Formats: sequence, structure tokens, C-alpha cells
Amino acid sequence: MTQAPGMDEHAVDEQRLLASFESTIGRHDRIEPRDWMPDAYRRTVIRQVAQHAHSEIIGMQPEGQWIGRAPTLRRKAILLAKVQDEAGHGLYLYSACETLGVSRTELTEMLIEGKQKYSSIFNYPALSYADVGTIGWLVDGAAICNQVPLCRTSYGPYGRSMIRICKEESFHQRQGFELLAMMMRGTDEQRAMVQESVDRFWWPALMMFGPPDDDSPNTAQSMAWGIKRNTNDDLRQRMVDMTVPQADALGVTLPDPDLKWNEERQSYDFGAPDWDEFKAVISGNGPCNTQRIAHRRRAHEDGAWVREAAMAFAASSSVERVETPEETR
Amino acid sequence: MTDVSGEWPLYEVFVRGKRGLNHVHVGSLHAADDEMAIRHARDVYTRRNEGVSIWVVRSSDVTASSPDEKDPLFAPSGDKVYRHPTFYEIPDNVPHM
Repeated sequence: MTQAPGMDEHAVDEQRLLASFESTIGRHDRIEPRDWMPDAYRRTVIRQVAQHAHSEIIGMQPEGQWIGRAPTLRRKAILLAKVQDEAGHGLYLYSACETLGVSRTELTEMLIEGKQKYSSIFNYPALSYADVGTIGWLVDGAAICNQVPLCRTSYGPYGRSMIRICKEESFHQRQGFELLAMMMRGTDEQRAMVQESVDRFWWPALMMFGPPDDDSPNTAQSMAWGIKRNTNDDLRQRMVDMTVPQADALGVTLPDPDLKWNEERQSYDFGAPDWDEFKAVISGNGPCNTQRIAHRRRAHEDGAWVREAAMAFAASSSVERVETPEETR
Repeated sequence: MTDVSGEWPLYEVFVRGKRGLNHVHVGSLHAADDEMAIRHARDVYTRRNEGVSIWVVRSSDVTASSPDEKDPLFAPSGDKVYRHPTFYEIPDNVPHM
């Protein structure tokens, strides 16, 4: 057996594993939890999936505040179902993330200690009831744009969570659009409320796709590994092209003087979001960052006794079960 | 299985979509005990009538084949092409086969 000098068996092994990993990615096959993967791939998927899970969990807050104030029983039931879905989506994603060897406790701690991020959009407040509609239409619309290609992401459990989430997400967008359409058929005051809400959410919704491609250091590697399938700017363009006709149908104006159809590109040209604002919000200085994390921390800490009591109950009833003879059960 | 963090144990969830289908793995969740795992599975994985039956099993009770041994484990079936119907040549004029 000849072996390159200085190359121990371990390094040869790792090269063989890396080659097999890369050929799986090259075939557009999925990576599954027990497969060998480079540490950097594992870290990148953990970061992205955790950030996604945290967004779902924090995302319950702006809309959750409106459940009690929604105007009818129908609207309350819809909103309740939607917020419950966000919780479910967070749980699918946390469990996908845990397959990579990080625990739920660690993930929750990283969120409440600010060591992992969540989508910048949830640091904006939901000030009026029209915001419930706008969040459904624009924020969930942007989320769908982002999530549909992720159904084909290279990490198996992440892709499977995304498929489940996408199926449920379309109800979220449609209920938002329907709510706004109904308000647009109402009074002048209601129409003004919708327009004011769209004015506030349009740019933050476009920021949801992340920084522009020339300022997105992780994109190239994430695309090479098949974790991401499209660049931030591609997805942003797709969102704009999808939304303009919807805004027309609704009768609202999108607050961008540069927005116009480009015949040559067969796409809309549009202005640049305020990237300084984006950076401020993701680094903790948005309107609601402190409040969102404080709320999540409080819920976690207030729930500690419930988690402990359930464990104690489970431990005591499993002792009883062992002690109960078979024939009396 | 005692977890130092006090975290509820992990369960794998399987749902039968409708009568006539197998239970299929849909994901996992944490619960303090088996009964709670079923309740949580209902809330997390069947909010839209996705199932008629749920199985839950502690993740630590699942025994799986090792991905490292994938080749030796599945190799014995790889060279037995005669187990597939396409291995046999049947004249074109023989119907229904």
C-alpha cells in the first residue's frame, strides 16, 4: 500500500467521506441526518434552520396581539388558526434542526440570549387591524416566495418541513388578501387604513429576502451546497413581479416611485430598500427587538414549572406502571 | 433516558393518512410521556385532518441501520437482478404478462 507522506489514515478517510458527500450533493440527492457531512455544512444548516424556526415562533407575537381585538368571531377563529400554524411551523423546524445534534434547550437559549437571529420583519409592530391583512398578504407572501424553492433544499429533514409548511402557508396569504379586499370595499377611513399599512410594510417585506447579493457573504457557499436554491435578489424580484398585479387588484399603491414595468427584462424595476435600516434592525435596534425577546423569555421562564411538573408526573406514573402486576392491568 | 437538561424526551411520530395506507414518519416532537406525545402529535401534525391514526415512539427506542455499512448491508440484493420481472425475456406476442 502506498500512501502520500504526511497523510494519516484519518485524513484519507475524511477525503473519502467528503467525496461521497459531494457526489450526493452533485446528484441533487438529499443529505440525511446520519450521513457524514462537513462541519461547516452542519453549522450552516443549523444556523439557517434555527433562524427560520425562531422566526416562526417570534412571528406569533405581532398577530397574536390582535386575536382578542379581531372584529368578528370568524376573524378571531382565522387568526387563532394562523397563529397556531406558526407555532406548528416553528416546531417542525426545531425538530429538523435537532436532527443535526443541537438540543431544543440550546436553541431556545440561543434565541433568548440573542446568539441566533430571526427574521427582521417581526421587529416591526402591528399597529392597526389592517396590519393583520398586510402581514398575511405581503409578509407571508414573501415567506412563500422564499420557502417554495427550499422544499428542494439539500438537507432532507429541512426540505420535508418546508413541504409541510408551504402547504399550510397559502391559507395565510389568502386570508390576509381577503381581509384587505374586504376593507377596501368599506369606508374611506378603512381604505386609508389599508394604504397606510401597506406603506409601512412594503419595504420591510422586501428586506425579508436578506441583503443584496453583492453584500451576502454566505450565499455562494450555501448555493454550492444546495442549501439555498436562489439568490436573495432573484427571490426579491420574483416577489415584486408577483405582488404588483395583486396590489392593482386590491386598489392600493406600493410606496416606490421607481416601480415600473421593464419591457426588455419582462420584469418590474424597483427601488432599493433602506439597507441601513435593515442592518440596524437585524443588529437589535428595530422598533420591537427588545420587546419580542423579553416576551419569549418570559413565556419560557413562566412555563418552566409546567415542564418540570410534567416530567415529575411522568416519572412517578412510570414507577407505578412497573409496580403494577401484569394481571391487574 | 434521563436528560441532564430536564428536556422532555424526543418522540418520532408516524401518521396513517387514511384507511388503507401505512403509517408514515412525519417528524418528531418532545413530550414528557407517551400519552402527552400522542396529544402533541395531534396538535402539531394533524391540524387539517391529515390522519386517522397516530403512532409515537421514543426516538431512543429506534434501532437503525448504520449509513456507514450501507454498502455491505444492501449489497446482497444488488446483484440479484433475477428478482425483477424485467430480467426475463418474453416474446412480444405473449399477452397479459
